[in-house]
Amino acid sequence: MPDPGLLFWTTVIFLIFWFIMSRVAFKPIATALKQRETDIQNALDEAKKARQEMANLQAENEKLLNQAREERSAILKEAKEAKDEIISEAKERANAEYKRRVESAMQDIENQKMAAMVDLKNQAGQMAIEIAEKIIRKDLANNAEQVAYAKSLAESIKLN
Amino acid sequence: MDVKVFQKYCIALIFSTLSVFAYAQGHNNHDGHDHGNGSKQVQSGEPSQVTGQAAEHVAPAHTAGEHHEEFNAGENAVHHISDANAIHIVGHTYFHLPVILYQPGKGFTFTTSGVFHPHHHGNGTMAHHGFTMAGGNVMRIKDESMANGEYAISDIQHEDVTVEGKTKTVFKAVINGTPYELEPKSTYDGGILGGGITNFYDFSITRNVFTMLLTCLVLFLMLRSVAKSAVSRRNEAPKGLQNLIEPLVTFIRDEVAKPNIGPNYEKYMPYLLSAFFFILGLNLIGQIPFFPGNANVTGNISVTIILAVITFIISTTSANKHFWEHTLWMPGVPAVLKVLILTPIEILGLFLKPFTLLLRLFANITAGHIVILSFVSLIFILGKSGENMTGSIAGIGASVPLTLFMMTLELLVAFLQAFIFTMLSASYIGAAVEEPHHH
Repeated sequence: MPDPGLLFWTTVIFLIFWFIMSRVAFKPIATALKQRETDIQNALDEAKKARQEMANLQAENEKLLNQAREERSAILKEAKEAKDEIISEAKERANAEYKRRVESAMQDIENQKMAAMVDLKNQAGQMAIEIAEKIIRKDLANNAEQVAYAKSLAESIKLN
Repeated sequence: MDVKVFQKYCIALIFSTLSVFAYAQGHNNHDGHDHGNGSKQVQSGEPSQVTGQAAEHVAPAHTAGEHHEEFNAGENAVHHISDANAIHIVGHTYFHLPVILYQPGKGFTFTTSGVFHPHHHGNGTMAHHGFTMAGGNVMRIKDESMANGEYAISDIQHEDVTVEGKTKTVFKAVINGTPYELEPKSTYDGGILGGGITNFYDFSITRNVFTMLLTCLVLFLMLRSVAKSAVSRRNEAPKGLQNLIEPLVTFIRDEVAKPNIGPNYEKYMPYLLSAFFFILGLNLIGQIPFFPGNANVTGNISVTIILAVITFIISTTSANKHFWEHTLWMPGVPAVLKVLILTPIEILGLFLKPFTLLLRLFANITAGHIVILSFVSLIFILGKSGENMTGSIAGIGASVPLTLFMMTLELLVAFLQAFIFTMLSASYIGAAVEEPHHH
């Protein structure tokens, strides 16, 4: 049976409950929930983005690493080539230098040989002239002496 | 693991058994008490009263004070689900409540239910300024000679009287050997259900009002603490009570408000949540079989009327042009049909919707309480009100599992009805604020 007292009190209590609870509890809770949901969504989005970025970064790193590796091997290859080239060049140069040195030494030897020959020839000529001069001068006095003298001359040449 | 589960079952069984006894206790005491009450009456009354008292005991078949009366399960259940001016705790101990009475022309009377010294069945043993208690409710002594002062009441009798084909229970208070007729408080049922407007209105803090206040206080403290931690811990994971309340709030928001009301749901959230928690809190507190629970608040039609009326007011005041057009003058239907059939039906529907809302909640909760009380009554029916011990034990054997089952079901119903009330309120509001679709 609808009872006026209970109708009255229910109205009063429920309206006050509604009024107070919406201010004290339901609105703050709704706001907090909404905010938390937004925060969570944002955090998830950010995490997704960060993951994406991480993946990108990793891919880039990988790429860089590969590039570096390639570069390294290229450099190594180049260095090896350069080394070989330098070595072969050095060898060639050394060979050439050696040849040149040998040649110039030969030349020197030849030159000095020639000079010595010339000198020898000159000295031999000089001696021959001197001998001839002395022979000629002795000849004039004695035959026998002349021969002996020639012999001594000839011996003196051998001493040289 | 299995041991734990077993322990849980044991605890549940023990508690449900306890609850049966908590319900049952009052009745054991009633039967045990009646003798004591009789002797007290002899002591307190004059010698002439003793004969009057004895005569009352012999004469009518329906006196409440009669010993070993037939146990009436229906009456017992109705007594327990009804509102009362004092909360029965155990035996003759009552939790007394403020009594505020209004008599047109005489003004207000403020007192407490303690002045009536209620004993068994909530029957007063004292009359105070023309009022006493019968069956837990404050009643007025019709005789004006009793309007002032205090009188000892030796007995409260009740008789079923049939007037114009309607059966009405008439209570009488026996004072100094003379039975005085009592009249109940005014009720707005137009006399259909045996009530009607009488000479006074009861604005007391009754058991139901007290329970409502208590529930609101508990809810206030719980929800405020949740709101506080939700705000202060906004950048942290929810903790403790937050994990209990917040899912309910999000459930109402996402499953009830958003799909039914649409984009403007936020405006109606405080009402929906208030209604939900109010009903849920009262349903759950009503499941507690002992003080301070046990009150059948959401099973009281006065409470559901107010909730349904508020839903009705909100939905009709927020209704837009589109809603009124579709209700009063449905486009695309011949005018004759509109005037004769559609519009009257729609207008009727407007009022039927909140009516079903109030009836559904009232009926479901009341039915649950009645079923539980009936199962508990098995103990007294089979035990013949304590005369047959074997029957009582058999009754307990039958009653405990049935009551346990029913209470579990009622726990579900408590949530379900709170949800359904909120859901339907949201759908009525949603229908009222729906934006026109372009066909």
